[in-house]
Amino acid sequence: MENMKDIMKGRLLEIKDEALKTIKEARTLEEFEQLRVKFLGKKGELTKVLRDMGKLAPEDRPIVGQIANEIRDELEETISSEKERLNNELKLAKLNKEKIDITITSKKKKVGHRHPLIATIEELEDLFISMGFSVVSGPEIETVENNFDALNSPENHPSRDMSDTFYITEDILLRTHTSPVQIRAMKEMGAPLRIVSAGRTFRFDDVDDTHSPMFHQLEGLVVDENISMANLIHTLDIFIKELFGPDMKTRFRPHHFPFTEPSAEVDVSCFKCRGKGCEACNFTGWSMELLGCGMVHPKVLEYCGIDSEKYSGFAFGMGIDRITMVKYGINDIRLFFENDNRFLEQF
Amino acid sequence: MLLPIKWLKDYVKVDLDTKMIADGLTLSGSHVESIIGLNKGIDNVVVGKILSIEKHPNADKLLVCKVDIGSETLQIVTGATNLKEGDYVPVAKIGAKLPGGIDIQKTNFRGIDSYGMLCSLKELGYEDSVISKEMRDGIFVLDKEYPLGTSIVEILGLDDEVIEFEITPNRPDCLSIIGMARETSATFNIPLEEPEIRINNEVDSIENYLNGIEAPSENCNRYYARVIKDVKIEPSPLWMQIRLMEAGVRPINNIVDITNFVMLEYGEPLHAFDLETVAGRKIIVRQAEEGEKIVTLDGVERELTSADLVIADTEKAIGIAGVMGGFNTEITDSTRYVLLEGANFDSKSIRLTSKRLGLRTEASTRFEKGIDPNLCHLAVDRVCQLIEEINAGVVVKGSMDVYKNPRKEESISLRPSRVRKILGVELSEDEMVEYLNRLDIKSEIEDNIIKSKIPTYRLDIESEIDLVEEIGRLYGFHNIESKPLMGALTRGEKPYDKKIEELAKGILQAMGLNEAMTYSFISPRAYDKIKVTEDSPLRKVIKLLNPLGEDYSVMRTTLLPNMLELLSRNYNRGVEECYVYEIGNIFIPKELPLKELPEERKVLSIGFYGKEDFYFLKEVVNTLLESLGIKDVEYIREENNPSFHPGRTAIVLVDGKNIGILGEIHIDVLENYEMKKRAYVAQIDFHELVKLANLERKYKPLPKYPAVLRDLALVVKEDILVGDIEKIISKHGGGLIENIELFDIYRGDPIPEGMKSVAFSIIFRSHDRTLRDEEINEILEAIIKDLEVTFDAKLRA
Repeated sequence: MENMKDIMKGRLLEIKDEALKTIKEARTLEEFEQLRVKFLGKKGELTKVLRDMGKLAPEDRPIVGQIANEIRDELEETISSEKERLNNELKLAKLNKEKIDITITSKKKKVGHRHPLIATIEELEDLFISMGFSVVSGPEIETVENNFDALNSPENHPSRDMSDTFYITEDILLRTHTSPVQIRAMKEMGAPLRIVSAGRTFRFDDVDDTHSPMFHQLEGLVVDENISMANLIHTLDIFIKELFGPDMKTRFRPHHFPFTEPSAEVDVSCFKCRGKGCEACNFTGWSMELLGCGMVHPKVLEYCGIDSEKYSGFAFGMGIDRITMVKYGINDIRLFFENDNRFLEQF
Repeated sequence: MLLPIKWLKDYVKVDLDTKMIADGLTLSGSHVESIIGLNKGIDNVVVGKILSIEKHPNADKLLVCKVDIGSETLQIVTGATNLKEGDYVPVAKIGAKLPGGIDIQKTNFRGIDSYGMLCSLKELGYEDSVISKEMRDGIFVLDKEYPLGTSIVEILGLDDEVIEFEITPNRPDCLSIIGMARETSATFNIPLEEPEIRINNEVDSIENYLNGIEAPSENCNRYYARVIKDVKIEPSPLWMQIRLMEAGVRPINNIVDITNFVMLEYGEPLHAFDLETVAGRKIIVRQAEEGEKIVTLDGVERELTSADLVIADTEKAIGIAGVMGGFNTEITDSTRYVLLEGANFDSKSIRLTSKRLGLRTEASTRFEKGIDPNLCHLAVDRVCQLIEEINAGVVVKGSMDVYKNPRKEESISLRPSRVRKILGVELSEDEMVEYLNRLDIKSEIEDNIIKSKIPTYRLDIESEIDLVEEIGRLYGFHNIESKPLMGALTRGEKPYDKKIEELAKGILQAMGLNEAMTYSFISPRAYDKIKVTEDSPLRKVIKLLNPLGEDYSVMRTTLLPNMLELLSRNYNRGVEECYVYEIGNIFIPKELPLKELPEERKVLSIGFYGKEDFYFLKEVVNTLLESLGIKDVEYIREENNPSFHPGRTAIVLVDGKNIGILGEIHIDVLENYEMKKRAYVAQIDFHELVKLANLERKYKPLPKYPAVLRDLALVVKEDILVGDIEKIISKHGGGLIENIELFDIYRGDPIPEGMKSVAFSIIFRSHDRTLRDEEINEILEAIIKDLEVTFDAKLRA
């Protein structure tokens, strides 16, 4: 019986040595699996030896059992660590093999682009919304009444001529500015009021670099009690700094519009030199006539049924096309309406 | 409006440089266009006296002059023919510079050395348009003796500048030197010194020369006339010629120059007639006869209508009132008696006549803006004064004046509180009064109200608010301290349709479409190009009365032509592919001609050419509708729209309502637009999309049970539509089909000719249990059976 114990012990150690040797030689995950089955599986060599446990003296069984367990643990651990090492090597090899040329750019999915004019309009509208203005709109085809009469435009003013304005009938025209929206808003909503409106406008201008029979304006109007020039200046100052940057200066110059009194034109620091003076601004440091504005003429308020003693208001308007051209450095207004794809894709 | 600074300083002693004057006037409301230096690059040009003139020995057309310039006598060769010994002329010495970058050097003309150059006015930098007839072709001969060697720059006053203003239409009074002097005086608070008009010697009596003035036409409010006798027509003195040229007016002769000088000075256009040519010695201001003819000063015969106002004698029209005088009565070298006219005409009448004749003159541009009628006699008397001063004639005593509605000084009350409220500045009443008085608006405070007397030349001041502006601009808008907006309204909003529009644009851009923008007006021929029928409602277009040309003459009733033009332009410029959309208005008249404003309806136009096809277009439209929460969308075949491919076009129905069309453009239409690539266009009624859009979203619990995927491949006849097969599949789903996706269509071997294989992936899922194979098989069997019966479909092995 004594002998049996030693035989089994010897056999177990033999298995261990053989197993460790072959494990070290294994090179694939499959080989590891085969070795595991061969040595540790249900029908494996270790199990086979342990089947003879019954032949051992009862007091020897725990001793041999412990040796067998230790060997099993060691083998399992070796297999799993060797397997992991191999696994890591394989992953590394795979990653290495999968290296690609990241300088290649795919152009399969294209995203669309905003039209720069409309993008500017929406940017401006959002800016004014944040200042408490509501966005409203009006028709492109307007009445002479809304476009001229209600805005205090003198009856024989040259802007009413057919050489300046597109007419459809004697009383109906293509609006020459967005100002008729003011009239509509005041008539419909009354005071107080804080609105902006942008859109298409039309004037009898032949097409060239800076003229187009169709162009765009944005118009703003505030009517409330105690609105003054000081409020107008504040509002437009903020707006211009938001749009063009905090270093932009504004200059309010008295001017004339029939529908505002007093009226002003606003110059801003030259876009090129930012006020230092350069060729582009004729060495004045100013970019001229960016905006027209003024206090709503009492006649216009009264025309719209608003008490001009109780309420006052200011209005302003600007050419979006020019602002957009300045903003993006576009030198030809025709580009806006030609819709060349290579132009549109730049914005 | 050109304002020569030296002339300005005759009336207001402003001791500032031109830039500061311009800046100050800008901030008080006069819009400076530019500052023009008068010296265009002259250096080292001096006065010389011609001592002798001899023929050039080797050239017929050249002369050799000896010219004394004080320090030396120069030999100069010239080609000019207007010179005589003793003339004083500008001499450009060797080393001198002339405008245009010309450097004067010693030159040899056919063997004779020339040590300088004698100059014409043009060579000194004057524009042809201001050089008098006599001076046009020759050397500029000075009017009198000057110290030899004096710089010509000094003599011609070229060391000065001119400010060019853009005068707004409300301030015609500023179209004059005195008007601008008044602004300068108010701006810088320096007194204005108007000329004192005094005629020393008046003889005889006007009645002996003029038989009267009649002004039956309503378009003439005033006609003031005086007569000059013993007239000697000569060139006007150099100082006056210089003034005129600086202000952009060509000198003619002393009488005409004086009337032009005073027009520039006061802003009142004047006219001088040769009195001996006026038939009946009588002035009649009347409307022209229909078809009446007159030859104007420029030698052109013009035909008039009864809308034109003329100055006539007892026989004929002798001038077009306020526009241009007549050729027959013009001042000539032999004129002995002059009739001076200072009149006031209706601005609208002048504007229409000037426009109809295409004849814009210094006079008409002033009359059409409106002029104070009280200037008539002032200006004519000033002319008389100058005629006397320069000895051009003798002033006849008396005047004749027809003045129907004399313009009187009005009074306006101004509440100081109103000024403070509108400007937002705490000005004192005294300050307000001071600003107004500086502008010659005589003002004083009575019971806390400012009473202002408005000078008659201020045609623009009608009410209190106008005075607020005057105070504001003199105080300076740039001096107003800005104040934030107060008030109840602090929340800004965008209207709902704009929100939907921006959402839609975001989706379209995500799908790769660029935003485009095209004109609202199109050519009526576009409707032929897109092949719409003659009776199509699309042809009911609103026409412009005065379009820029046929291409921009009607308001669009569809965005299709704009889109096709856009695609064609890109295609023909060699752009490989182009994917765009536009949201714009179409204009639908209720009746033609328009009695009321038309409906303006927003339309979404999508268009492209490139690698994609019909299915991409449909995907774009479908994705957009889905993203806007629009359900119950159906696409039905459209074979009869003439603009589109009959086999590749669909109408979009939502809830059975037609909201648009999408498809491939008809090959004929492509040809009309010179496109050789297929193009795809959709037109969707955006107004309807806004109404249908539903942005509300409700959470549905995530699926708890697994999905089962089954593929179904069928062989059907070519004309069976995938959409119809999908309808049958859905019908049998019993609520368990989550998605059906077409993943393949195959034609060719082994599928028989005229047949196609269509393959679908169907996803089944239940929200309350795991589906068993048997129930799915049952559904599939029902589907297959139905497809067999309905479409004669065969399951593909």
